[in-house]
Parts: sequence; structure tokens; C-alpha cells
Amino acid sequence: MNRLLLRNADGADPGGSWNRDPEGIQSAAGAKRNQIAKTGLHLFLAVVSSLFLLFLIAFIARSQMADWLPLTEPLAPLANPWQLWLNSAFLVFSCIALQWSRMAARQARRDATVIGFALGGVFAIAFLMGQLWVWQQFVAWGYFVASNPANSFFYLLTGMHGLHLLGGLIAWSIIGAKFLHRVPLPQLSAKVGLCATYWHYLLGLWFVLFALLASTPQTYEAIARFCGLR
Amino acid sequence: MAYAEQAETEALHEPKSFLTKYIWSQDHKVIAIQYSLTALFVGVVAVVLSGLMRIQIGFPGTLAFMDASAYYQAMTMHGMIMVIYLLTALFLGGFGNYLIPLMVGARDMVFPYVNMLSYWFYLLAVVVLLSSFFVPGGPTGSGWTLYPPQSISQGTPGVEWGIVLMLVSLAIFIVAATMGGLNYVTTVLQARTHGMTLFRMPLSVWGIFMASIMALLAFPALFVSAVMMLFDKLLGTSFFMPAMISLGQQLDHQGGSPILFQHLFWFFGHPEVYIVALPAFGLVSDLISTHARKNIFGYRMMVWAIIAIGVLSFVVWAHHMYVSGMNPYFGFFFAVTTLIIAVPTALKVYNWVLTLWRGDIHLTVPMLFALAFIVTFLVGGLTGLFLGNVIVDIPLSDTYFVVAHFHMVMGVAPVLVVFGGLYHWFPKVTGRMLNDTLGKLHFWITFLGTYAIFFPMHYLGFQGMPRRYYAYENYAFIPQSAQELNAFITVIALIVGVSQLLFLFNLAWSVFKGKPAGSNPWGAASLEWQTPNTPPIHGNWGEKLPVVHRWAYDYSVPGIEQDFVPQTVSAEELEQMRQLSAGSRIADVKT
Repeated sequence: MNRLLLRNADGADPGGSWNRDPEGIQSAAGAKRNQIAKTGLHLFLAVVSSLFLLFLIAFIARSQMADWLPLTEPLAPLANPWQLWLNSAFLVFSCIALQWSRMAARQARRDATVIGFALGGVFAIAFLMGQLWVWQQFVAWGYFVASNPANSFFYLLTGMHGLHLLGGLIAWSIIGAKFLHRVPLPQLSAKVGLCATYWHYLLGLWFVLFALLASTPQTYEAIARFCGLR
Repeated sequence: MAYAEQAETEALHEPKSFLTKYIWSQDHKVIAIQYSLTALFVGVVAVVLSGLMRIQIGFPGTLAFMDASAYYQAMTMHGMIMVIYLLTALFLGGFGNYLIPLMVGARDMVFPYVNMLSYWFYLLAVVVLLSSFFVPGGPTGSGWTLYPPQSISQGTPGVEWGIVLMLVSLAIFIVAATMGGLNYVTTVLQARTHGMTLFRMPLSVWGIFMASIMALLAFPALFVSAVMMLFDKLLGTSFFMPAMISLGQQLDHQGGSPILFQHLFWFFGHPEVYIVALPAFGLVSDLISTHARKNIFGYRMMVWAIIAIGVLSFVVWAHHMYVSGMNPYFGFFFAVTTLIIAVPTALKVYNWVLTLWRGDIHLTVPMLFALAFIVTFLVGGLTGLFLGNVIVDIPLSDTYFVVAHFHMVMGVAPVLVVFGGLYHWFPKVTGRMLNDTLGKLHFWITFLGTYAIFFPMHYLGFQGMPRRYYAYENYAFIPQSAQELNAFITVIALIVGVSQLLFLFNLAWSVFKGKPAGSNPWGAASLEWQTPNTPPIHGNWGEKLPVVHRWAYDYSVPGIEQDFVPQTVSAEELEQMRQLSAGSRIADVKT
């Protein structure tokens, strides 16, 4: 445990004034706010991790039932998942753009920050549109949500992931509106960073989901054995 | 990283109108009151439902509308409301919201807007849940565990609308609990005032803090099961639904796993027991220490026990599933972990008793409730040791013994802490005392009454009286004497239920007419009693945040006349107090 958390602070300056001079405290208070927001985001990511971990355990457990028809069979939609690779590329570009925006914000380059931030959102929207396109393909090929548990999980997991990205896009649009209203960059820099962190997390999560969805039944069986689910 | 300097920027959400002060408030204290009142309201609904059920069991056929469906609907709603919408919401949303910022010396929660949203989502969840009483078919009657396949199969009450509303309501509640939980945990980690180290926090904060972490990690399991069951119900998937013939018809489902639902449900469900219990443990520790005028025994042990219980509670879930047909080796594993979790739990009980040992016990109303909690939790915990063993659980699983056990440990015990906590902190919230006579009357009826209700149920369970039946007459294996005991329990339950009106009346009356409390009527050492204003105003602390110099349990310190030392007293001030006390003793001797 961090020693700072446990230290004895007898005699420390009380601080925390309700009405202190804004000149003197702005940066310290701002830094503190950023730290708080970062902690909040990390906690939230822990919650999302718990959520998807439980979905994945349910996925593996259900995949061991006899009625499971793999999506990776030769004529099944994920035999050659090029559309998912394309969507993945969009999400990777989105993350790169947001990371670029975060780095530009740290160097106080407003224009580069804005461009990177906007591109990040646009690529994320492209990813979501791409995912909807894949859903449409599934429906066109007769792979409906209730036809088979493998299909059900495909819609469920990609849908949940998409909803989380959609939530991120709401935050992205709020920050984007602040950029449009010429809010000073130092006030937005940390928020851009939080967005980038969230996007990177969702990219990592997407690759885990993609890897699992595109795996063979033998892989599921091996995981199930390892987890004691078989 | 831990010591907050919440500066003037925090004042941005200062309320300016009636609406922003009392309705769309971002102040943690107002949100806490909103949470508490909503939870108490919905709790009254659940108490009424239990009264209806008891009338049916004790005096079958008395209520014309109480057929089997209505009974199961009442049972389901009673259970779910009590566990989730009353206890979880009240401990975390009510006590957590009110106490955390005040006890750690913060001006508010770190995300006030999210905190406000948390309450409104909670209210929406309650509205959605209660609306199921008014839809065709009524609320779901599948039991509070909502096990598939019966919860979404034809023949179960509320299968059309009720179950959907229940699942949607749970999902909304989980969103609310997550928003609240993020606030509580981040506030504890990031907004503690100077000197408030983690090991100086009152145990109330530790209990709520750990419970919030558990809620953040366990509620997703309920969310996952709710979403997947909604898919099964609305979209026709087969996550949990096996191949079935229902009412002579082959259903479209196949291959689903009902046991998968049970695992997911109880992966949430068992931590949920401790999500309720840990805040209760924390609050009761503070009540006992304050009203026994003695420092809590083994503070660090208590903290580590809270942490250990929190961690272990994630590996005991399948002791709820011994009769589900799961792998028998699981039973061995989960029985062992269940017995292990009893160790830190017992440690806490010992420490409460040792805190009382040679304490200056004041039998105030909060203390009465705290003492009653220890006894009740002990009884409920011991029967839990019985049921944790597979060989004992299997014959008892479907009997009233289980009903008695979980009501003692998960129902009565936490509710006693809720009452104790409300009597204890009401003076800080309103500036007035609750009426003492009414309080004691309420306590004795509730305490003795709940024992009269649930003690005989252990006996009925051992006799083999099955639970979940909606009427017990005309069964050859249930003797008439059992039915007489059922009638007795019903009469007492109705008395206890109605006596809660005493408490509600006391609350309403004392807000306006109660005796003025002053800032610290119990002589408590923890930080929330040291606010410059009572009730605390917006921002809690006036111009400067307090500085903390000691833990929250300095009671009856040798050499000090005043029998408590607030957390804000420095070493120098303590020395002055010592000298003053010595001076006054010398003066006494001279006179």
C-alpha cells in the first residue's frame, strides 16, 4: 500500500480553503481534479473489465453445449473475417489519432490537438458503422440473433462493446463542443487524455473479443478445460 | 495523492434555487436524504407485502385475492425490494452519501453531478419496478432469484411484463449503483482531508468503502445475467433456456444452461450479502464505541477483517447451489471457503464484545439497536455455519430453517443497524433528537418481535416444513401444531409491521418538534460531529477544511476530564486539555 496514503500528517497545512485566491490555486486545484478524474476512470474501467470477463466466462461455458454452431466454419460468416479486420483498423486509427491529440495537447499545440481529436471521433464512428454493416451481413446470410448461441453471443458482445464506445463518443462530443467554444487548451488537455485512455482500453477489449469470436471450437474447449468449465 | 485541497472551484454547484437545493441537488447530504426517503418508502411497500404473505400463511384463505400467483408475486417483490432497493440503496446511497464526505473531511463527493444522476437512476429503477404492479399479469412471481427456465416460462405469474420490468429495473439500478460506487470509492481515495490517513478513517467509512468496491465488481454479474435473460425472453435466444415442452408445446429454445444463470446470479448474490453486511459492520462498530465510551477493540484487525471478508466473499457463491446438481467437488470447495470466511467474521464479533467489556455502556436507543445486532448476527451467523456444510444444507435447503437463517443474518440484523444508525445520526442530519421513549418502544417491539417471528421458524424447518408453499393446510406431513405456530408468527409479524409506524411517526414528528440536539449530542469523536454548523451547510466545513490528528476512537482517555477527544484535537491541544483537567481536579480536592 502506498506509504503516502498511510502517513501521519500531523501539523500539515490545512489548505482546502473555500474561497482562496483563484490566481494561486488554479493549477493545484486543476491538477487535483485531473487526478480525481483519472482515478474515477480507472475504477470505471475495472467495472467494465468485470462486466466483460463475466460475459466471456458465460461465453466459454455456453460454447461447450452440443448445439453450438461455430461461426468460423468454412461457410460461416467469420470464416474470413475481413470486415472485422477493416473495422479493427478503423479503431486502431481512432486510437492513434487520439493519442496524437493527447501528445499535442501536452505540447500546447491547439490545432494539432483539435485535428487529432476530431479524427479520433470520426474513425470511431466509422468503426461503429462498420460493426453495424457486419450485423447487416449476418442478417443477410440468415445468421439471426436467436438462430444459434454463437450468433447470440456475437450480437451481444459486439453490441455491448459498441455501446461502450458510443458512451465514449458522447464524452467526445461534449469535449468537442468545448473546443468549438474556444475553451482554453489547458482546461481540456486532461480530458483529451482521459478520452485517449478510454479508447485504448476499448481497443484492447475489442481485440480480446475479436480473438475469441474468431476462434475455433477447439480453442474454446481448451479454455473451458483450463477454467474447469468442462 | 490522497489529501484533497478541494478549493473554491468545488463551490460551482452551490444551489441557487429551491429546485437545485432540494430536487436536482448535487449536495451529498440532500442526495443522501433523497436516497434514504425513497428506500424507506419502498421498504414500507415490502413490509406490507410480507404482512399479506403472513396473513395467507397463518390464516389461509382470509384474503380473497391471495391465490398462489399473488403469493409468489408478493414473495418475489418482497425479497428483491428488501435486498436491493432498500438495504443496498440505504446503506450505500443513504449512509454512504451522508457520512463519507463528512467523516473523511471533504466538502462533497468528488463527482457531484454523477452523484445526483445516481439518485435519479435509482428512483427510475424503483418506479419501473413498482410499475410492474400495474401492468397486465402483474409483477413477476418467479422468486427473488429469478431462476430460469421458470421465470420466463408460461405459467409463472408476470411472465409477460413483470419479469421484463424487473430485469430492466435491475439493470437501471446497477447503473445507479455504479455511478454511486465510483463516487464513494474515489472520494475515499482522493478527497480525504489533511491527516485523515486510511487507518484513521472510522470503520463506517471502511465498511462502506469496501462494500462499494464489491458492488462495483459484483453487480456486473447481475447485469450480465439480466441482459442475457432479457435476450432469452424478448429475442428468443437460448443462453439459459434449455429445450422444453411447455403446456404441451415444444418451445423454440434449446441447449441453454439454467445453472449458468445460477452461477452468475450467485456470483453477484453472495457478495451482495456482504455489500449489505460490511456497511452494517462498520456503522455498528462506531455506534458501540461511541455509546460504550471506549475505543474500538483491535481497530486494525477490524479493518483487515473487512478487507478479508470482502475478498473471500467472491469465492463462496456456490454454497447457495448445493442442491442445483452442480459438480459435487464444487460443494467441497465452497463449503471450505464458507467456513474460512467465518473466521474474520467471528473476529469482528469478538472485537465488538471486547469493546463492550468494561466499557461505560450507555443504553441509548442507538446502542440498544447495536447490541441487538450483535446477538442477532451471532444467531444468524451460527445457523450459516450449519448451512455452509453440504451434508446439513441438502436436507434443510427447502425448509423454513433457511428462511429463518437468512432473515436473521441478512434481514433483521442489517435492519437493526439501519435503525441504530438513523437514531444515531438523525441529530446531525436535522439538528434535533428523535423521541427517546418512542425509540425505546420501537426497539423493544422490533427486537423481541423479530425473535418471536424467526426463532420458531428454525424449529419449523427442523420439523421439515417446506418453504415456498403458499398454503400449508391439508398436507398430511404438516401437523396442526405447526399451523398453530404459523398463526402465532403471523400475529407477531403484523404487530411488528404496524409498530414500524411508531418509527415513521417519530421521524416525521422529530424533524419539526424534536428536542434541539446541539452539534454533538453523543459526545462522539469522529469528524462528522465536529462540523461548524448542525445540520452541516453546503460545503460542510466553512472556510477551512478540518485537520485530523488522531483516529476516531479516543474515548475515556486517561487524564482528560472530557471523556472523548475529537479527531481534530492536536497533540498540543490534548496536552492543554490534560493540564486543564489536572487543574480542575486539584481545585476539586481543595474545595
